[in-house]
Amino acid sequence: MIAEIGLAALWLAAALAVLQLIGGFFGARDEGSELTALVRPAAVMQGVLCAVAFAALVYAFAVTDLSVKLVASNSHSMKPLAFKLSGAWANHEGSMLLWITVMAIAGGLIAFIERRLPERTMMATLGAQAFVGLGFYLFILLSSNPFERLSPVPADGNGLNPLLQDMGVSFHPPTLYIGYVGLSVAFSFAIGALLTRQVTPEFARVMRPWVLGSWIFLTIGITAGSYWAYYELGWGGWWFWDPVENASLMPWLAATALLHSASVLAARDALRTWTIMLGVVAFSMSMVGTFLVRSGILTSVHAFAVDPERGSFILALLALYIGGALVIFAMRASTIAEGERFSILSREGALVVNNVALSAILGIVLLGTLYPLLTEAFDVRVSVGPPYFDPVSAIFFIPMLAVMMVGPLLRWRKDSFDRIKLPVVIVAAVTLAVLVLVLFLSDIGFLPLIGMAMAIGVAVASFMPLRGRNIRRIPLAVWGMCIAHFGVAVCLFGVAADTAYQKERLVAASPGDTVEIGPWEATLASISPVAGPNWTAMQGDIFVAYEGGRPIETFPQARSFWAPPGETSEVALVTRWNGQLYVALGNMAEDGRWQLRLWWKPFVTYIWYGGLLIALGGALALVGRVVGDIRRRYAAQRGEERRVEEAELMA
Amino acid sequence: MKRLRYSLWIFVGFAAALFGLFAYQLTQPKDEFVESAMVGEPMPEFDLPPAVESRPGLSRADLADGQPKLLNVFASWCIPCAAEAPQLEALERSGANIVAVAIRDRPEDVDRFLAIYGNPFTRIGRDDISEVQLAIGSSGVPETFVIDGNGVITYQHIGDIRESDVALLLDELRKAGS
Repeated sequence: MIAEIGLAALWLAAALAVLQLIGGFFGARDEGSELTALVRPAAVMQGVLCAVAFAALVYAFAVTDLSVKLVASNSHSMKPLAFKLSGAWANHEGSMLLWITVMAIAGGLIAFIERRLPERTMMATLGAQAFVGLGFYLFILLSSNPFERLSPVPADGNGLNPLLQDMGVSFHPPTLYIGYVGLSVAFSFAIGALLTRQVTPEFARVMRPWVLGSWIFLTIGITAGSYWAYYELGWGGWWFWDPVENASLMPWLAATALLHSASVLAARDALRTWTIMLGVVAFSMSMVGTFLVRSGILTSVHAFAVDPERGSFILALLALYIGGALVIFAMRASTIAEGERFSILSREGALVVNNVALSAILGIVLLGTLYPLLTEAFDVRVSVGPPYFDPVSAIFFIPMLAVMMVGPLLRWRKDSFDRIKLPVVIVAAVTLAVLVLVLFLSDIGFLPLIGMAMAIGVAVASFMPLRGRNIRRIPLAVWGMCIAHFGVAVCLFGVAADTAYQKERLVAASPGDTVEIGPWEATLASISPVAGPNWTAMQGDIFVAYEGGRPIETFPQARSFWAPPGETSEVALVTRWNGQLYVALGNMAEDGRWQLRLWWKPFVTYIWYGGLLIALGGALALVGRVVGDIRRRYAAQRGEERRVEEAELMA
Repeated sequence: MKRLRYSLWIFVGFAAALFGLFAYQLTQPKDEFVESAMVGEPMPEFDLPPAVESRPGLSRADLADGQPKLLNVFASWCIPCAAEAPQLEALERSGANIVAVAIRDRPEDVDRFLAIYGNPFTRIGRDDISEVQLAIGSSGVPETFVIDGNGVITYQHIGDIRESDVALLLDELRKAGS
């Protein structure tokens, strides 16, 4: 029954999307159209109905209702409850339902609260939102129904891929999805503004929280995904330039650029068409990413999400949305008046450099990701990896970081170098000093060296905008920027230090053996079997000591799952402030010794701390902006009331 | 402004080219697999000990006894191998003689695997160092080879056997027998 309620809610939501699309279309042409009044309620109801549908699916998973096919093929009664719940979205159908639910709720929210834009623009925006949503409703209802029943009901379910039975990964996909879908709102706003030729600072201010919000979620999602790959795959790496990782990185790069260009548009009414273009590109990248993951046309670690038929469907949606948006853009963009002008040495100038660099990096990642696909069409097989991505993206990363040190210090429109000479000289001196120091103290590669120096430089520079201001009167958004930029520095430092100084050892050890790795000594005490709720494992008992200090006991495992069968490596991590020891247990060799893989990774944790700081900065900025908006709205309302009262008094 | 208007269509062209590439690649048969150069060649010389007590081992001579066979390369630790078990049983019911090589496995694990997923095999050789697997040009598990009565490899199926592959394999087996 519950499953049928979910399905019915989904069909109703789809019907409302049709209504919203038609109403939005007429409303965008003529504000007085009678259908206009239906658009906002339709959007709100859609959000409610999708939430009901999603709740129904989560319920089916929570009680392991095996008569629902999706539950039977992805869950198992023996699974811990947390993984039962996350099982609801750790599969194609469920994740698509999550996608449309987040999208419908976001659409409902803008319909409910957003009143700042001209009504025609809002109607066009909600119409575009319904158009995008409709494609996904069709996709789910026609080819990926999550509520399909199964008869006869099986005795138990198939279980969830063992790699996915992990807390981190339970929340990684929904986080990324919220990010992707948030960008669909930015996309709809961009289309709405374009269709009604209302590319104004107000439009940028309305769109910005959505971009910021989805950017925060993307940042967290990528950070979490990176950490998951790091400890769950047991390879010791934190970024593999895998197509799927790139698929999440590309929307992030576009969203980062969009965030900065929207700021220019909001503050200075410049970069109008560029911001619209980025709005289209950011969501395009989300869709391309989803397509690459789902269609399986690229080989990757996310092989569990692949299905070529669904790929065709997503490709059709992709062509429709993105192709359509680009055609509208090509027809309309040249009719949008040019924005304000500015000099190169200004905040806008720096942000333009930032945008160009981010777009270039986006292009590089896109090319590298798709290149194997292109050459394969001509029967040449290539694999593109770090030797391409690292140095080529660095070409643009380095100037971008340099501009990042200076940009926030500049004034809008026009500035002079003399005014900011002091902080610039300080930052440059610090950067050079670190460069020289590292160069003399250790022998590391060029990129890690530059990375280390620039990390310190950016770290110092990120707080320079606070200089000479009253700490208590600095807006939250400025704090957000400083912390996010500092996060970039922290992350970069982690990347550079880990690349430059990590140590790796692969040994075969018998119980009693001691292995040295960097400043650590690891002693294998014993190996014994252990059992969990749905797995068994060989567990190593390993004592590790940092520079001869007190030994710490660790338990890396090689786990075997039986429902469904599969193996994972549960690595043991010992975290210190200056890095992480990473111990993975491998197979038993013929002579009874065990394979051990050890890494000492200096400052590696800073990569994820940095990622979280970036997200925290974004969150502060978001809170600052939203609180500011609410205050302004409240003040405007009060002003209005007072005017009415005065008018009444006068009369 | 005129110049801008035309250049804007470049994006549309770029997107169209991209979607064209995607569409083309989607329609292409996805062969992630490298076909063995041994198809059409006689099996190499080998003699494997039994992987479990209940079935004899496997040697080159067993494959040249005049009867065409399916040779299944599997392992108890391999997930698709469990997935294809019902299809192997279907093949057995249809009269196929299936022999197997267990790759890098322990007898107790193979026993447990067969107990759970069924044992359609008449012989199971134990290949602890993938020697036979490498010699017949198999790059992973599971793979299934069709061997004719003279011990010549006539067909290679890479990956797990889906329901739709059963008829295909029976057909290949019949061809190998004639």
